[in-house]
Amino acid sequence: MFDDLSPNVAWALVGIYAILVVASVVTFALVRLLPGRNFHELVLRVQSWWVMVTLFSLAMVLSRRGALVFLGFVSFLALKEYLSLIPTRRTDRRVLLWAYLAIPVQYYWVAAERYGFFIIWVPVYMFLLLPAIMIVHSGTQGFLRAAGSLHWGLMACVFSLSHAAFLLVLPDSGNPVAGGAGWLLFLVFLTQANDVGQYLWGKALGRTKAAPEVSPGKTVEGFLGGLGTTTVLALAIAPLLTPFDWRFSAVAGLIIGFSGFIGDVTISAIKRDLGVKDSGSLLPGHGGILDRVDSLTYTAPLFFHYVYYFYY
Amino acid sequence: MMAFLRVCFFALVVRPVIWVAIGLNIRHRERLPRKGPAMVVANHNSHMDTLALMSLFPLAMLGRVHPVGAADYFADDTPLGWFARHMLGVLPLDREARARGEDPFVMCREPLRHDNILILFPEGTRGEPERLSTFKKGIAYLAAEYPDVPIVPVFLHGFGKVLPKGDWLPVPFFCDVFVGLPLPRAGSPDAFMAALMSRMTMLSAEGRFPAWE
Repeated sequence: MFDDLSPNVAWALVGIYAILVVASVVTFALVRLLPGRNFHELVLRVQSWWVMVTLFSLAMVLSRRGALVFLGFVSFLALKEYLSLIPTRRTDRRVLLWAYLAIPVQYYWVAAERYGFFIIWVPVYMFLLLPAIMIVHSGTQGFLRAAGSLHWGLMACVFSLSHAAFLLVLPDSGNPVAGGAGWLLFLVFLTQANDVGQYLWGKALGRTKAAPEVSPGKTVEGFLGGLGTTTVLALAIAPLLTPFDWRFSAVAGLIIGFSGFIGDVTISAIKRDLGVKDSGSLLPGHGGILDRVDSLTYTAPLFFHYVYYFYY
Repeated sequence: MMAFLRVCFFALVVRPVIWVAIGLNIRHRERLPRKGPAMVVANHNSHMDTLALMSLFPLAMLGRVHPVGAADYFADDTPLGWFARHMLGVLPLDREARARGEDPFVMCREPLRHDNILILFPEGTRGEPERLSTFKKGIAYLAAEYPDVPIVPVFLHGFGKVLPKGDWLPVPFFCDVFVGLPLPRAGSPDAFMAALMSRMTMLSAEGRFPAWE
């Protein structure tokens, strides 16, 4: 325990708990001061945040392996939610089991720091293997739809999300300030802060709908407010967690703010296509796990390659 | 000894599988009976149905929760039958009893008198996965005999995808458990069956289920 946790990462975690305390106090005050209004969902949301932050920081504090198992489990939950949401073929049951097995293998490459296999396991090997198994087990009826939708799910829930895990195993040489855990915390904190920022700015100033067809709640004002907040936050916390100077911090903030929005809207498009409001019910107040990691499916690989290109 | 084994089996195997590997989306959990005598009636797609419903009750109550299963399927001299009867507390129902003019629910009376909870699957068989088939009328006669015992309908979805009839390999999917309000009890057996079917249809309409062909 605490073996490879840098003091900077520990302070960042303390800071996140401080934010949670403030959020809980504000929620409590709102419930008290405005008894006429319904804050049930907000209360549930904040409660779920406590649970998520506690699980995440426990995983970070416990050990590197514990954190990888935790992130792999998040991939499993996301893929399971996706496969429960989309239409599947009865004959593909065994193929789906193979798709699940891709998760431990993908996170094994991360734990073993095998970048070469990590980066091609899903987009090359699973891409070629799963349709081949489908041909053996299932008919051709609906083949393209089944193979295509399964691969999309694996790419989003396993391949993309595992980039967050690979940040954790990047050597300290690239980030002498806070190591791999610093990269990961920077990414996850800013991605989630961006979601909250867009939501709050949208509530406060939202007028112009950004994507009325896909997600009526998204507004241009919310998007820009979130983008600005995320960039300012990136500038503020970069010295604690990363070797970024101010220019690199600002670009990182813009990448996370912009791509986080797209990730959010992409999962919304899937939900709209399938006619559901929430992807699940695992996180009271938020919806399902995909509703929470939707932005991360975009920010994780993009932030990873930004860091990997310039620092390794 | 069996009670201890049963608690271990549910705490170490059933709950991790049902709650973590599979995952439940439960609506109106507070409507489940907290004490007996009571009956839970559900649609039936998979062996998982029984385990999932039982996993919703506290471990300490397990000895007082009894699923009703087909006596011929869970015959006492097969390993499956032994396991079902002794570990899960399955009460064997003779599917041919009514044809012989006997009482098919004879084994339910003692547990109900001792405030147990029964789990019944009125479809009578797991049938086609994820399709609601007609409920058999026996439950209506049992309901008429025990007008004061609450009967709670539960709609299950997804367990037939996880483990369909005739397959042995479970595949994880999130599953839905929608609990209904206790059924109204005045009226004829036909009226009871109509109320039960319409309640199940209403519960199933609460969800939006993807195609599974």
